Amino acid sequence: MANAELMDYDRALELFEPVLGFEVHVELNTKTKMFSDAPNFFGGEPNTNVTPVDLGLPGSLPVVNEQAVKYSISLGLALGCSIAPSSRFARKNYFYPDLAKNYQISQFDEPIAFGGSVEVELPDGRLFTVPIERAHMEEDAGKLTHVGGATGRIQGAEYSLVDYNRAGVPLVEIVTDIIYGAERDAPELAKAYVSTIRDIVVSLGISDAKMERGNLRCDANISLRRRTGPGEPPAKLGTRTETKNVNSLRSVERAIRYEIQRQAAILEAGGTIIQETRHWHEDTGQTSAGRPKSDADDYRYFPEPDLLPVEPSAELIEELRAALPEAPAVRRRRLKTDWGFTDLEFQDVVNSGLLTEIIETTAAGASAQSARKWWTGEIARIANVRGVDASTLVSPLHVSELVALVEAGTLTDRLARQVLEGVIEGEGTPDEVVAGRGLAVVSDDGALIAAIDEALASQPDVLAKIRDGKVQAAGAVIGAVMKAMRGQADAARVRELVLERANA
Amino acid sequence: MSSETPPTVSTSANSRPAGSGEPSEITTEQVAHLAGLARIHLSPDEITKLTGELVAIVENVAKVTEVATPDVPATSHPIPLANVYRPDVVGVTLTQEQALSGAPDHDGGRFRVSAILGEEQ
Repeated sequence: MANAELMDYDRALELFEPVLGFEVHVELNTKTKMFSDAPNFFGGEPNTNVTPVDLGLPGSLPVVNEQAVKYSISLGLALGCSIAPSSRFARKNYFYPDLAKNYQISQFDEPIAFGGSVEVELPDGRLFTVPIERAHMEEDAGKLTHVGGATGRIQGAEYSLVDYNRAGVPLVEIVTDIIYGAERDAPELAKAYVSTIRDIVVSLGISDAKMERGNLRCDANISLRRRTGPGEPPAKLGTRTETKNVNSLRSVERAIRYEIQRQAAILEAGGTIIQETRHWHEDTGQTSAGRPKSDADDYRYFPEPDLLPVEPSAELIEELRAALPEAPAVRRRRLKTDWGFTDLEFQDVVNSGLLTEIIETTAAGASAQSARKWWTGEIARIANVRGVDASTLVSPLHVSELVALVEAGTLTDRLARQVLEGVIEGEGTPDEVVAGRGLAVVSDDGALIAAIDEALASQPDVLAKIRDGKVQAAGAVIGAVMKAMRGQADAARVRELVLERANA
Repeated sequence: MSSETPPTVSTSANSRPAGSGEPSEITTEQVAHLAGLARIHLSPDEITKLTGELVAIVENVAKVTEVATPDVPATSHPIPLANVYRPDVVGVTLTQEQALSGAPDHDGGRFRVSAILGEEQ
């Protein structure tokens, strides 16, 4: 992939206004698929979680999963949308073997939810309202593996293998209206928006929302509009590109920044932007051209004749509305108070996109401060080094167990960092890593006293100083004991014991 | 999935006017285009014949607009039924062998298809 020309970000912002739009796909965590009673689970042996409906076999008929409809309504309400008194499914026709039917059941002109907004928080604490055009129900597609060819990518592949376990998994696609006014915060807004959607679906409990597993996927639309002078009419909207395959919060931010710089360079050099799909490459931090808009995008939507309209009663909608968790902005304010964080600490958490992780870590028993310290500290540091989202490294449950081990005095902070590393490396739970690596703090006073007596005996001059009341001299003994214990001792306890033994 | 802008969502899904506007003319180009999208090979004679037939169908459908007023909601189903749901309970699935039994080719438990030019939707 050739390196594209990029314009300096500040210069790009001087010349152009970024205009954004997002499509976020949320996989619902129902027990079964959208239109069949196959398990909603796509690990495992290929083509085992399928029914005739998922394979589009003749004579099979889809039936709507009631729970998926309820989840979709809840999500629509949480996004501030109106719920359509009547909505219907539509066939999106295309030829691609990720679905066996040659069409995807989606919603087109009558989505279940429309016209909402989501308040997101920018790094400087500013609230930005993202307008939501619609949220509609559809089914996920199967998974293709391209075989042959140099890179394993579509181009040059000799054949493809299809697993339909994911085909038919319930999805809600959330489509924003055109977003103006993000200006130079466009990349941060993109990250904050996807992070907020993630917080919402997690608090609703309707999706596992793991971006790295594809439970939550973002397609980012971006175009640039040339700025005009005062008194001049505004320029027309630019041609947009749609960047797909953006599978982490970090990537969402980077991909938007990259596209702004790439498009600005092309436009300023007198070129034109082609309306196309672009693919994000996590490794190189670039996007590459996918397919341009073509006849293949003529999906010939028509009402799905195999399914009946969805007409939720006002009672059902109100029941689901009453059961909604707090709105994200309200929730953030409450958490900040409950946790007793400073503005700066809380802002740090929100910007890190780790609110959900910290909530879950505290729910598992850790204090909010400890959870914050680990997630925005050591875990974020490792994530940054590895170029991944912190949420992909370790589970909130394991972080909470780690915190408990520190608080119980089993681990020092230093040892806990080693245990964390072991957990991230897949060595098991914190307890298992402690056992496996033999990392627990030596809390057996007998072992400590033996080491202390030995250290004191070998440093009689130090012993004499301590007995003279020169307590600071104990440092040398403490150091020797810690070394003997390979760092696995609580330094404060060692100090206590050193003074005790020296003066015994 | 997505990437197409649907028509503007009406605020009340029930208030879509039925049959507003003139029926659009069907051209041979449109028929050829649709045949291409649907991967149906049509000869020039077939295209001409189908164009004539489609024009007749559209004209007949347009007659509905003579009796339908804007306050009559459009319908996509002949039977007045809605909300037919299934409980979220796992049922019986096919075995991998059954799933693949109709496949022209398979490999490692997966359907094998020729390499597709283009991209995932």
